[in-house]
Amino acid sequence: MGNVVEVRDLKLHYLTSKGAVRAVDGIDFSLATGETLGVVGESGCGKTTIGLGMLRMPTPPGRIVGGSIVIDGTDIVPLSENQLRRTVRWQTISMVFQGAMNCLTPVFTVGKQMMETLQQHKEMDRAEAEEIICRYFSLVGLPPDIVRRYPHELSGGMKQRVVIAMALFLEPKVVILDEPTTALDVIVQAQILNVVKDLKRRLGVSMIFITHDLATEAEVADRIMVMYAGKVAEIAPNRLVYDRAPCHPYTQRLLAATPRLHAKVDELAFIPGAPPDLLDPPKGCRFQPRCSVAMDACAQEPPLIEIEPGHLVACWRCRNA
Amino acid sequence: MPEPSATNEVILQAKDLKKWFPVRRRLRQAIKGERRWVRAVDGVSFSVRRGEIFGLIGESGCGKTTTGKLVMKLLDPTSGRLDFEGADATGLDKEAVIAYRRKVQMIFQDPYASMNPRFKIRDVLEEPLLIHGIGKSRQEREDLVTQALAAVKLTPVSDFMGRFPHMLSGGQRQRAATARTLILSPDLLVADEPVSMIDLSTRAEILAMMKELQRQFGLTYLYITHDLSTARYFTDRIAVMYLGRIVELGSPDDVVDHPVHPYTRALIAAVCEPVSGQVDVIKQLPIKGEIPSAADIPPGCRFHPRCVFATKECSELPEPELETVGEGHQAACRRWKEI
Repeated sequence: MGNVVEVRDLKLHYLTSKGAVRAVDGIDFSLATGETLGVVGESGCGKTTIGLGMLRMPTPPGRIVGGSIVIDGTDIVPLSENQLRRTVRWQTISMVFQGAMNCLTPVFTVGKQMMETLQQHKEMDRAEAEEIICRYFSLVGLPPDIVRRYPHELSGGMKQRVVIAMALFLEPKVVILDEPTTALDVIVQAQILNVVKDLKRRLGVSMIFITHDLATEAEVADRIMVMYAGKVAEIAPNRLVYDRAPCHPYTQRLLAATPRLHAKVDELAFIPGAPPDLLDPPKGCRFQPRCSVAMDACAQEPPLIEIEPGHLVACWRCRNA
Repeated sequence: MPEPSATNEVILQAKDLKKWFPVRRRLRQAIKGERRWVRAVDGVSFSVRRGEIFGLIGESGCGKTTTGKLVMKLLDPTSGRLDFEGADATGLDKEAVIAYRRKVQMIFQDPYASMNPRFKIRDVLEEPLLIHGIGKSRQEREDLVTQALAAVKLTPVSDFMGRFPHMLSGGQRQRAATARTLILSPDLLVADEPVSMIDLSTRAEILAMMKELQRQFGLTYLYITHDLSTARYFTDRIAVMYLGRIVELGSPDDVVDHPVHPYTRALIAAVCEPVSGQVDVIKQLPIKGEIPSAADIPPGCRFHPRCVFATKECSELPEPELETVGEGHQAACRRWKEI
């Protein structure tokens, strides 16, 4: 099975008046066909920036300053804006933006907004478009009469289903979901995760699932990529992360700080300190100032190394594991 | 669980508390004299003991924040009664409310919005002292501010006093917000989702600090949240709310490990756990449909349209009240023995 996405040494900086904020600072990862990659990290670690970067639409003043993003065999970094619009965005890769459910236009019906997106990208008549919309509605578990409703008539969970359907109906190879369940209630959250899992099984689409919550990731991601301060700390398969304690101290601490409902603990763990300022990140390992097991070698930046098949870690302590 | 710090003295008691908000009427309805209400809080009774952490849990729209606002006297109840330290606190006049708020303080959800951006941290903390006329001289107030900041471990204190809120991280702001409430030495703190906007890695740190302060100053908390996982760790008792009513009440162990009410069961089944073996497993959720509007509450048991165990009785008989299902464990379900 080939890789549908290959990202190499991607650097995406925000070029502010104070200097470059190195939000994504040289990351490598790949995504296999049909796989779901979970991207986890604290706020400001660059996880959303990666998602936006993969559509080549970073929020200004963000700019891709280096690296390549190969999606389905084409490097999209050198492409023109016109080519991106015509062939890449939504046809090959689409995204459910953070809070997208609140970005539906209140003045048009859901059906009309969806129709517009479809017809922008593909030549089709009304009846054809309606049929596609209905098909995707049933895939995400929405009744077809929703097309005539306005966004304010829908609940949060329904709106989230609408934007997921909109990300899928042009049959992209890759879908990026950025915190799709964060603002939702627990039960609705579980329902949306079920929808995501069901779509993965039925459509075989590759996904990148971005969230700050390791517990959510346990439900959907085949592999987990943990980010810290613009760098990849660890990439490991789901089972390894949740069963056999991961290797990077940051992943370990993050997992320990994730509360479990069915485990009795007296004290929850936390990570002292705060993530570094990315205008001027610390030399060497970026986690070192907060790391409880830091050593002399950590003054040098650790490379991301495959310590066993499918398990990559950027930590000097994990070299001989 | 830590040693039970709660006493038997009831500090706050709510009896059949209701808050209904009127819905704007159309002309035709107004002529017919029809009135519609959003029943945000619809008959809530509970008592909080001095020194305990009482958790109010539920999904958005269940009335947990409205209940918190009623306790804070930011809203007046439509009906029902609120007792604080044995005295009626329902219909207080303006001056009595100010005196009441000296003893009952609130930590808000959003630490970015709950502080005046033009105030330095020193001013943010000094403001409640000025309002309540505490501290005769500037120096005296400054000392109190210093103590409060030290209590929440914003040290070195002199460093933080002169900073503006935007210069603090989310966690630090929530510490400052906590210091602002502590400065009045309150008895009861209403904490409405105090950690939901804080990064996961520091969330536990804030909760640990709040727990430490509780032990140190003998505080009582009303902890309002949607997050069962932190509530289990943080609280002494949990009340689960659904559509304006408490449906289950008990110790965190009882409620989480042996839930009785079908809604609590669904809520617990839906929580994500950071454990393996869940990928691609479609979760069976024992609940139907979506939450109804609080303006249109179903008759009978208000949970019956979504309940997988509901019978005809559940929709026809009057609403079930909380009944004892175990020691210190109550649930509002008619069929709890059978299901």
